[in-house]
Amino acid sequence: MSELIVEGLHASVSGKQVLRGVDLAVASGEIHAVMGPNGSGKSTLSHVIAGRPGYEVTAGRVLLDGTDLLAMAPWERAQAGIFLALQYPVEVPGVSLLDALGEAYEASGRDRSALPRTLVEEAEKTGLDQRFLSRSLNVDLSGGERKRNEVVQLGALRPKIAVLDEVDSGLDVDALRAVARRVAELCRQAGIGILAITHYYRLLAELPVDRVHVLSGGRVVATGGPELALELEKTGYAAYGEDEREPAGGALGGGGRGLPPSRAAGGAPVPVQPGTRGRQPH
Amino acid sequence: MPTLGSPGFNADVVAALPGPAWLRQSRLAAWERFVSSPLPSESEEIWRYSRIDDLDLGRYSPLVPGAAAPGAAEPAAAPGAAAAAGAPGPPPALGQLPPDVEDLLAVVGPGATTLVTRNGGPAAVLNPQPGLQLGPAGEASEERLGNGHGGPGPDIWTVLNAALVVVPWKAHVAAGCVLGAPVVIVHWLDGDGGAYFPHLEVELAEGASAQVLEVVVSADIDALVVPLTTLALGPGASGQFVQVQLLGPRAWQLGNVVSRVGREARLRCMTVALGGDYARARTDSVLEGPGGESELLAGYFGTGTQMHDLRTVQHHAAPQTRSELLFKGVVANQAHSVYSGLIRVEKGARGTNAFQTNRNLVLSEGAHADSVPNLEIEDNDVRCSHASAVGPIDENQLFYLESRGVPTPAAERLIALGFMDDVLERSPLQEIVGWLQQAVAAKLASTGLGTAPGSGGPGAAPGGPGPGSAAVGARSAGLGSGSAGLGSGSAGVGARSAGLGSGGGR
Repeated sequence: MSELIVEGLHASVSGKQVLRGVDLAVASGEIHAVMGPNGSGKSTLSHVIAGRPGYEVTAGRVLLDGTDLLAMAPWERAQAGIFLALQYPVEVPGVSLLDALGEAYEASGRDRSALPRTLVEEAEKTGLDQRFLSRSLNVDLSGGERKRNEVVQLGALRPKIAVLDEVDSGLDVDALRAVARRVAELCRQAGIGILAITHYYRLLAELPVDRVHVLSGGRVVATGGPELALELEKTGYAAYGEDEREPAGGALGGGGRGLPPSRAAGGAPVPVQPGTRGRQPH
Repeated sequence: MPTLGSPGFNADVVAALPGPAWLRQSRLAAWERFVSSPLPSESEEIWRYSRIDDLDLGRYSPLVPGAAAPGAAEPAAAPGAAAAAGAPGPPPALGQLPPDVEDLLAVVGPGATTLVTRNGGPAAVLNPQPGLQLGPAGEASEERLGNGHGGPGPDIWTVLNAALVVVPWKAHVAAGCVLGAPVVIVHWLDGDGGAYFPHLEVELAEGASAQVLEVVVSADIDALVVPLTTLALGPGASGQFVQVQLLGPRAWQLGNVVSRVGREARLRCMTVALGGDYARARTDSVLEGPGGESELLAGYFGTGTQMHDLRTVQHHAAPQTRSELLFKGVVANQAHSVYSGLIRVEKGARGTNAFQTNRNLVLSEGAHADSVPNLEIEDNDVRCSHASAVGPIDENQLFYLESRGVPTPAAERLIALGFMDDVLERSPLQEIVGWLQQAVAAKLASTGLGTAPGSGGPGAAPGGPGPGSAAVGARSAGLGSGSAGLGSGSAGVGARSAGLGSGGGR
């Protein structure tokens, strides 16, 4: 049994305070959602947990089974059992999934000879074409393929806790279902605790969440059961205060190489309109 | 200015070299041209950023067969060391070359036509093939190197090569002949203090097709190496050429590869530069027949205090010609690299397509890369572009791998090798791709970067080129070739980059 605890977390980007005291806890086998309007600090929260450079933690703690993650390098956090599925998985030319996860396996003393088979199995379960396993990471992959690829890695690495940063963005409804189904399975069967960050209810329509946290202005302003997500679906984020934009570019790291977030399309559930006087989520 | 203060470099030495009358005359004529030409200096654009001003010819002695010669090591006994022996000496048999070279020959296959020379001396040809004539050239071809098109000509070192070459090797492939096996020429050098002039002419007659691998390799000797390779493709010919430079860490190279591509001919030409102290490799490709195509590739990797200096000329002298260049390099430790490329399109070369891409990865703060693209276009109806980039490892790529649990040094290693794979996988000889990847991985391992913490720091002594290091983690084969590795114009670590640009006629 593992537990990720975020306590009073404050963080800033380029001197601008983005997280202003976030508290939450995710245990093995649980699925938590963090929802919130643009600029509420959702992505910052995921990046700070994983240790992405460019963020300054000004107060608070992040503990995994009592160990202070903030004192560790990003790869050490991953080795300790944290996985971050990125919103914009970057292209890494000339480096295959097998190469990358092989190194991760080796660093943790796992037998990498089993990896090719594991990857093939995970790709099957997530609906990712196997030819992507030996090709350059994310190169020439569509948004949906990239997200499936993240979930294949989740399945191969089997972390204690996985943070999914907008894993639903850029997905059509089939891909969304495939991704959500596999994440739920991994939670149920392998006991992986899930912290799913999302703007939209549509992910939660596919993923059975235990707890929903509403992030606004860098704080958790409400926590509840799945019914809270349903309420947000109806009323939007207006009730939860400000809708501050995240600082553009810079440390948030998309750097122009990621994919644009998709608009809901092709029969997907209608996204929550964040009740911000017509402002679209990008 | 380099100095010519060597008693070894004079007309008597040139005259004493053995060979048929035409060759002796041709050498003397070249010598006259050499001594009447000014030596290059760093104040000239084409020598800018180079180390040519440091060249002291007086430190080296051209090897004269039969005369007192610099010491030479027995390759079989100690391929890495130099010892006193005669020169040029008997060529090493296969199995007596350094292990990395033997490995390279093994992947090319036992059926290849192979020629191994030692210190430029005579050698025997193994596995001759029908349609291929390989041996000492039978006639002068030096004037071909002149500037027949009024464009930029090859540099002065091609003239010195013509003056001091011992045996000018020539591979001629008969018209319409498609060689079934590759041709491999190894220039093995092991005489300490020598100056060497490896010389290879490849001539593909109309419709001929061949794969040629040239290896310039030395023991750890103080040497000046001035190789000259000419590639002449007749109409409709298809040439696949790779030159691998594995010189020892004290050797200087002033090299030229000059190609002439005829009507509807297609050349793929790659340079892999791993060794040397200062190693200049100039690649000129003249597209002189309509419809001709050149694909020019290079991968270079500098460690320690090495400097790789690559200059290219894509010279379009005929209509409807195409050239595509991709040069990628890595610098680590205190290494320095220079890429300077020119696309020249003559008036009348309408319908030209010319592309030039140079990307450099800077792995250490003390390392440095320069990239200088140039266009000279005299015709309107052309499509030309160039792109260049110099930068450190992409932070987003690094974090991505780290967030999967890949330790930072391993992530950096994967990214650097992946960066080079992009060009190595395009090797005109596909069978050597795996060897090239291993050689680059061994080179990276020698930097002390990209290895597990505690197994060598950034100050670790860089080793020689070549594969074989057990510290190199296994990598899977069969990667698709990636797209751009570095963002153009990314911040240089002590680097200059001319950024992105494109140009062309209206």
